[in-house]
Amino acid sequence: MSAAQVAAKPESAQRVLSLYRQLLRQGSQFSAYNFREYARRRTRDAFRENKAVQDEQKVKELVQKGQKELQMLKRQTVISQFYEMNRLVVEGGISGKDEAGHGETTRQKDTGWD
Amino acid sequence: MANIAPSALRQASRLASKPSLAAAPRRSVPTLPRALPVNARAACKRCYVTQTKPDHAQVQVDTAIRLDRAALEKAGATLETTQTGSTQHVSPMADVLKQAVKLDEGQRPIYLDMQATTPVDPRVLDAMLPYYSGVFGNPHSRTHAYGWESEHAVEQAREYIAKLIGADAKEIIFTSGATESNNMSIKGVARFFGRSGKKKHIITSQTEHKCVLDSCRTLQDEGFDVTYLPVNNNGLIDLEKLKEAITPETALVSIMAVNNEIGVIQPLAEIGKICREKKVFFHTDAAQAVGKIPLDVNAMNVDLMSISSHKIYGPKGIGACYVRRRPRVRLEPLISGGGQERGLRSGTLAPALVVGFGEACRIAAEEIEYDHKRVKSLSDRLLNGLLSMEHTNQNGDPDHFYPGCVNVSFAYVEGESLLMALKDIALSSGSACTSASLEPSYVLRALGNSDENAHSSIRFGIGRFTTEAEIDYVLKAVKERVGFLRELSPLWELVQEGVDLNTIEWTQH
Repeated sequence: MSAAQVAAKPESAQRVLSLYRQLLRQGSQFSAYNFREYARRRTRDAFRENKAVQDEQKVKELVQKGQKELQMLKRQTVISQFYEMNRLVVEGGISGKDEAGHGETTRQKDTGWD
Repeated sequence: MANIAPSALRQASRLASKPSLAAAPRRSVPTLPRALPVNARAACKRCYVTQTKPDHAQVQVDTAIRLDRAALEKAGATLETTQTGSTQHVSPMADVLKQAVKLDEGQRPIYLDMQATTPVDPRVLDAMLPYYSGVFGNPHSRTHAYGWESEHAVEQAREYIAKLIGADAKEIIFTSGATESNNMSIKGVARFFGRSGKKKHIITSQTEHKCVLDSCRTLQDEGFDVTYLPVNNNGLIDLEKLKEAITPETALVSIMAVNNEIGVIQPLAEIGKICREKKVFFHTDAAQAVGKIPLDVNAMNVDLMSISSHKIYGPKGIGACYVRRRPRVRLEPLISGGGQERGLRSGTLAPALVVGFGEACRIAAEEIEYDHKRVKSLSDRLLNGLLSMEHTNQNGDPDHFYPGCVNVSFAYVEGESLLMALKDIALSSGSACTSASLEPSYVLRALGNSDENAHSSIRFGIGRFTTEAEIDYVLKAVKERVGFLRELSPLWELVQEGVDLNTIEWTQH
């Protein structure tokens, strides 16, 4: 959203920002690492790519597309959480080992050599 | 039905979106919910009434969740029977249990074998689900609405696929996959034109996929002549040799667009032009190319094209064959029957798969630039890292290759042992079809590589869902393991001492 548009239609800018935030939040609900990362990256890149769009009609179309994607994400993240797989080796950082978060237990396993 | 689905969905999404709420009471008794499902599963495999035990009363979860858990557990029980080897399936209860104990880390390998198959895009699955849950009509049923809605979806999907390759929707024939498309094109054209006895010659290349080579082998048994064009050592075919090979007897030229092992892109437009000039049909196996590099059947003069769904983030079990209508390409069908798909491929279509395939093509057309840029940057990162190691080299033409397929040889390391050492990365040394055998890849042999070189090659496949972190992990792991394996190798020791291995006379036995 450009500055001019923010001034003209502040509630629209807010809606776009809210959509962006919702998409990011919903995307990070994927239990599969690759889909989660992709959803966040794609959302970010798509919004950045279109940030200079001025045309009202175009903005409307893009927002509608975003809404559709959001609905899809809501459904697919739930499905993803139903069929959760084991986590990938990269998810624990470059070593493949997990760092214990607050109040969590960590098990470590050497990968590749057993 | 229409009312139940959204409300069930809403319920499920509410459950999933508020994990903190549901988990709050459980955190006070962290061990209980973990112990419960195991016992429950063992004890009440066949009973439908929950046992009354003091333990059960202590678990404070609201009923909606408990009801859901029973259903989930049932799903988990069926799923677990299908688990195999390394793809250990944690039960669907995992999200419930995650609050109590974190999952075991670092179990599942990184997937870097995108030439073998790709994961189904969530957007594709989302498009497919209605056709598995509600819309079930036979798309060929013309007498009722169930058939019409399926047919409409199928035609829409056909349009998306046609658009991706610049064709007309009527020219797309659905098959079970690229293998069937290849068989259909090669055998179909050869048999149709071979009947007159005049056109009994086919040209293909040595680096084609097995299904093309095998179809040609079958035709050879039927009395056809087949020319297997050699390739240069960068993997590209020689256009002059192709021109020379075409005779008045030639019915078909079959050259793949992107090689599945080394990723080189053949000059399709030039080949198409030659074939059109000589009035020979041109078939291309574009399973690895569609949706990844821009293709246009009219600009490239392609007459037949094989497309696969599961290489472009679609479902497995479906593919398509483009068959040109003007000038018309005539085929003898492999499968006869009800006359569906212009009579070229009879049999009822699977609407869900077709819709998924169509959606995958729509997304691919939309994202082709974004994906290509992304894959290119990851590929450069990987290739630079790998080639910075000593005694490594890339197979195939470094300028004309699809960046998502990186084939690198690590000298003095056995490829299979490196694959074993890289258990935390899902890789392959060649095509999935031949990964069961220890033979060196025939594609690399065709490039003129030595046996040792072919044995020490590994293919890295990068796709839409690969991340930078994965590439960095792979680089680090490969460097470590290659170094380790080379330390073990006596050959490596000799090389380090400056002995040229070719001068050594090995004792015969």
